[in-house]
Formats: sequence, C-alpha cells, structure tokens
Amino acid sequence: MMKTQPKGLTILTVISVVLFLGAILMVFVYAPLEAVMNYVQKIFYFHIANAWVGMLGFLAAAVSGILYLVRKDLKWDLIELAAVEISLVFFSITIVSGSIWARPTWGTWWTWDPRLTTAAILEMIYVAYLLLRQGIEEPERRARFGAVYTIIGALSVPLTFFSIILWQTIHPEIFGAGGSGSVGSFGMTPPMLLTMFYCLITFSFIFVTLFWYRIRLGRLSEQVEQLKLKVME
Amino acid sequence: MQIQAAVNRSQPSSYLKTIGAIVWKDLAAELRSRELLAAMLVFALLVVIIFNFAIELQPALRLTITPGVLWVTFAFAGTLGLNRSMAIEKDRGCLDGLLLAPVDRSAIYFGKAVSNLAFMMIVEVIVLPVYALLYNVNLFQPGLLLTILLGSIGYVAVGTLLSSMAVQARTRDALLPIMLFPVVLPVLLAAVKASGGFLQQVPMNTIWPWLNILIVYDVVFTAIAFMVFDFIVEE
Repeated sequence: MMKTQPKGLTILTVISVVLFLGAILMVFVYAPLEAVMNYVQKIFYFHIANAWVGMLGFLAAAVSGILYLVRKDLKWDLIELAAVEISLVFFSITIVSGSIWARPTWGTWWTWDPRLTTAAILEMIYVAYLLLRQGIEEPERRARFGAVYTIIGALSVPLTFFSIILWQTIHPEIFGAGGSGSVGSFGMTPPMLLTMFYCLITFSFIFVTLFWYRIRLGRLSEQVEQLKLKVME
Repeated sequence: MQIQAAVNRSQPSSYLKTIGAIVWKDLAAELRSRELLAAMLVFALLVVIIFNFAIELQPALRLTITPGVLWVTFAFAGTLGLNRSMAIEKDRGCLDGLLLAPVDRSAIYFGKAVSNLAFMMIVEVIVLPVYALLYNVNLFQPGLLLTILLGSIGYVAVGTLLSSMAVQARTRDALLPIMLFPVVLPVLLAAVKASGGFLQQVPMNTIWPWLNILIVYDVVFTAIAFMVFDFIVEE
C-alpha cells in the first residue's frame, strides 16, 4: 500500500542540495564584499531568499484556501497546511536573519519597520491558524475554518503593511529610488545581483521540494490513520 | 431551503426584516439578563483604572496616550462581548435554531454583527464620558466619535465572523483574541492614529489616510464575511 518515494522528488532533492551548495559558494566566494558593511552584508542573500519563500508559501496558502472552499476537496486543505507550515518556518528564519543583519547595521535587533512588523504579524496569524486547527477534531470543519482564516489573513496582511508604511521606514530599499536615503542600503554590482537571483532560484527549488515532501507526508499520515482504523476493526 | 433563501435574497425588505429580528432578539435577551453588557462594562472600566496605575496618565502626556488607552479598552472589552454573544447562541442551541430557519444565512451574520456593534457602542458611550470625567479630557469631538464608529464596525465585522468559528473549537475563549488581534491590527493602528489626530487637532490631511484605511477595511471585511459566513455555519 505504501508507495516508495517518487523519482521526481528524489531528483528534486538532489538538485536542491547541489544548488544550495552552489549558493554558499556564490555568496562567500563569488559575490564581492560590500564596501561599508563588509561580511555582514552576506546575510542579505539568504535573508531575501528566505523572505521570498515565505511569500510563496503565503500566496500558496491563500490560493489553496480559496480552492478548498470552491472545490470542497480535502486535498487542498492538505496543501494549504503544508504551505502555512513552510511559510511559518521561512518567515521565522527571515526575521532572525534580519535581526542579525540589523544589529550591526542599524545598531538594534528590532525596529517597527513595515516589513519587519508585517512579517511578525504574519507569523502570529500562522500560529493562530495552527491553534485553530488544533481545536477542531472534525477534518471537514477544520478544513473549512482553516480556509476561511487563511483568506482573512491574506486580506489583512497587505492592509497591515500599508498602515505601518504610513509610519517612517528605515528598512533598506534595495530596489527602486528610495534606496540611498535609508541606513544600510547599498548599490548592487552585477555579481551581487547575479548572486541574489541565484539564491532566489535555489530557494524556490528548496520550497518546491519541501512542499512536495510535506504534502506527501500528509498523504502518508492519512493512509496510516486509515490503516489503523482497519486494524481496529 | 435553498429556494427559500434565494427568494429572500431577492426581496430586500424580508432580508432586512430577518436582520432586524435577530438584532431585536439579542437586545431583548440582553435587556432581561444584562449579563453581557454588565460584564463588558465592568471589565472596560477596570481596564481604564488599571491603565491609570500602569502608566502615569499625567496631564502633559494625556492627549498622546488617551487614544491608545481607549482602543486597548475597547478591543479587550470587545472580545469579551463577542465571545459571550456567540457562546450564548451555541450553548443554548439557539444557533441550530437560527440555522434551521428558512432565511439567508448571511442575514444571520449581519444580525449578529449589528447586535455586537450595538453592545460595543453602548459600552463606548458609557466609557467615553467616564474617561473624560476621570481624566479631564474633552472627548466629545465629532471626528473622534466618527473614528470610534468606523473602528468599531471593522472590529465587529471580523470579530463576529471569527467568534462564530472560535465557539466551535475546543479552546474557544482563549482562541478568539489570538485569532482576532493579528488580523484586526490595521483597524487598531489606524483608529489610534486617527483618534490621536483629532484629540491633538492636527491638520485634516494627516488624518485622512487613517480614516481611509478604516473605511477600506470596513468595506472589504464586511464583504468577505458576507461571502464566507455560509462556510462557517454549514453542517
């Protein structure tokens, strides 16, 4: 009954590992040192890649929430939970790596900057989501409530972001014109840009791999539950 | 039932009548028991008193701290009210009765939301003069009252939806604030900023962005609650 690991997943895992090793080399060997921040700036490549994966997971969760309510297929609930869990982990890495970067650059571990605060609020929403799921036994109702809550969360997060943006921001604007003003911003040379995009691609692969693993895990644990019920009979 | 619901949707007057009936039921029940309002009010006043000791409400700082104190009070008392209002429905089996009624389910949502809003505003109407009296701050400014109305609408729109999910979970009372506060943050932030703006009489063009956020939030979340409420009460 249990299937062995699909070939595609194995290949994807190998690709992710190789890409990740490449990313470490790119960041520490290929990318030049930033003039002001030196080695501290190196964390930027993984910081932004983690944030990117967190955003992917956030979008995937909202989309699968909508799809669940439309289709009523528990498959989408599984995908939604997987997306939330992955996003939760990657956003916490983003926040921690951001703090490590902020300490030497801004002289503080934490500021109430829009992106930082929104990321923290998003984490709270995910934790609330997991607590909500924990409190409901019936799978079908749990799926409905979870889907509704991800949609509410997905709508409120942009509003949270815009309302905090009305306060002054000191987060470095890496892209766009606002850059030179804020502390810790820097001009990107082509090798830096290349390293950044390489990291984004690498982490996208890691995202897909983890996503696949997590969905597979969900399916397998469902099968285990069913087998348990059979044994009990 | 679905045909009936469709008929109701096409007749605005009966849809409004349903909402009115639910609001009337809640207010009448509250008038007899007074348990919900009493709890909310005492709690709100206690929060105000605790704030007096927790942060020194010195005359010089009062205008800048007042909006924060007020909104924390409203938000905390609000969750108390939302929890009770839904728990009463759930525990006494009223919710099942409402759901069996041949009415559009979104009308049930609006009915509950309107009565929750009424409870919250009654609490605010009592807390505001008491606060003004205790701390000698003039809170009777049309702009401030408008902000409080807009903020309460957004808070209740999401709160009613989430509390009807929370009562169906095992950890219900603890769950509501955890679910509600992170998603209602734009309302609290904008309401505190706008209230502070009116109290300190800053120019209107710096207050408008906050009022806009409140209006957008109210519209978006009332609409989304209208769309998804069916999924929450569906059995």
